[in-house]
Order: sequence, then structure tokens, then C-alpha cells
Amino acid sequence: MEGDIVQMGAYIGAGLACMGMGGAAVGVGNVAGNFLAGALRNPSAAAGQTATLFIGIAFAEALGIFSFLVALLLMFAV
Amino acid sequence: MVAEAKGAEAGGLVFHPMDQFIVEPFFGDGAVSWYTITNSTVWMAIAVLAVFALLVMGTSKRAIVPTRMQSVAELAYGFIYKMVEDICGKEGVKYFPYIMTLFMFIVFSNFLGLLPMAFTPTSHIAVTAIMAFAVFFAVTILGFVKHGASFLELFWVSSAPLALRPILALIEVISYFVRPVSHSIRLAGNMMAGHAVIKVFAGFAAIAAIAPLSVVAITAMYGLEVLVSFIQAYVFTILTCVYLKDALHPHH
Repeated sequence: MEGDIVQMGAYIGAGLACMGMGGAAVGVGNVAGNFLAGALRNPSAAAGQTATLFIGIAFAEALGIFSFLVALLLMFAV
Repeated sequence: MVAEAKGAEAGGLVFHPMDQFIVEPFFGDGAVSWYTITNSTVWMAIAVLAVFALLVMGTSKRAIVPTRMQSVAELAYGFIYKMVEDICGKEGVKYFPYIMTLFMFIVFSNFLGLLPMAFTPTSHIAVTAIMAFAVFFAVTILGFVKHGASFLELFWVSSAPLALRPILALIEVISYFVRPVSHSIRLAGNMMAGHAVIKVFAGFAAIAAIAPLSVVAITAMYGLEVLVSFIQAYVFTILTCVYLKDALHPHH
């Protein structure tokens, strides 16, 4: 293990891939925040849009999950 | 992948946070073959039995004034039925049993996995990938059977300017094939991450000075996990409905 530069690179890369989660966090926060802003303006229309809210959150989250996938691949597959 | 995680090699922790995800034989120990009864299969079976108990035994009396079991079963049924009808329309209702099955299995696997010493089958990509790829292939085949070659219009966004359409088509094709990957890893990743975080906080409980803080943190994370367990099952189901809608109505 010692002096294994490929392993070191993989671990550093896995750590860097975690930064993608920050992007997903911003995205999910944007979706939820804008939903809340809209819902407070027109509360009667909010209940019908919760499904759209969750679809939006899921799509925003998907890209964060890809960074998690990259980290997993670097840790266990490369 | 977690085989090497087992053992107390990690510094301050007595156990490794990923130890809980190791698939091992339920009776005795030895090699895991395809027919071995593992902790994963046992908890999947328990989830199926729990779904059976709720939906079949709970509603067997068909009381006008429902018992608690029956009203929970009716609530779950009505919740998913309305979701399928809202998103897929009337034609989608034909596929309601499949979506209901997926939802009940996932929600029970997630909730039962929260019990102490339990195993969460949905924390493994192998389990969720089977469900996600089944949805992917079912939906793709259904689209081609229902619409033939015109199913490909799904990728041709006719509301966009003509110059943009080839680029959009490329993006749409990529996002279509990425669907099963994100669909499966979303569920497995959320389950795995939540359980690992709880175990990490549990590891801090060994240090006396911060043990009370750790207990509070575990309690808070546990509450969050109950929420996440339900929401992830809901998201998996709702995305299945959205993909089904794309297959039933591919025209933009």
C-alpha cells in the first residue's frame, strides 16, 4: 500500500468528487425555496404541485448522486 | 466492496460504519452462493410478509368502519392510486398494481431497515438496480409496443426551435439512458448514507465527554431517516410514474 501513487490519486479524486454534493445541495435548496416562495403567494395552488416539487428535487439530486457514484467508483472499482 | 471494511482497522471506532452493509449468511457462516439465505434475503422476506399482513390480512374483514390496519392499507392504496392517475392519466391505471408493489416493497424495506440490528436490502445497489432496470426495460418496451417507431419522438422536442432540436435530441437520449442509473443509485445512496451517518455518530458515543451530544445527534438523525425512508420510496414511485407517462404519451 505504501508509495502507491495510483491509490493516493484515487482517494484524492474521491474526496474531490464529494464537492459535487455542494452543487446538488444548492440545486435542491433552489427548488424547495422557489416552491415555498410560490406557495406562499398562492397557497391554494400549492397542494397540487407537491408532486412536481418532488420530481424537481429528485432531478436536482440526481446530479449530486453522480458525484457520489464517481467517488464510489474511485474508491472500490479503479 | 465492503469485505475489506470489516474489522476494527479504523482508529477510534470499535466498529466500522460500513460493517452493517455486509451481506452474510443468516444461518452459520460460510461462502455466499446464489441460493444462500443471507440477511438481505431474510429482511426482504420480512418486508414482503409485512406488506402481505397489512394489505391482505388488514383488509380481509372489509369493515364499513375500518380498523386501524384497514385504514392504513386504504390510505396507502388511495395515495398511490391518486398518484398514478394524476401523472399517467386514465391509461396508466392499468399499470397501478406494479407501481403499488414497488412502493410497498421499498417503503417496508426502508422502514424495517431502521430497526436496530436490522438489515436494509434497499441500501444495496444490486437490489435497487434490479427494480430500476426492470422499470426502464418495461417502460421502453411498452413505449415501442404502444407507439412503434413514433416512440422516438420522445427525443425530438417539437416545441423547440429547429436549430436546437438535434442538440436537444442528443441530450434527451443521454438523459434517457442515465435514468435507470440515477433511479437506482438515488435510493441506495440515500439509504446507505443515512445509516452510515447514524453509525458514525454512534461511534462517538464511546468517548464519554461527548456521549450525550452523540445521543442527541443520533435521535435527530433517526427522525430525519424516518422522513427520508418515506420520501425516497415516494420519489422512486413518482419517477416510475413519470417514466410510464413518457412511454404512454411520448409526444411533447
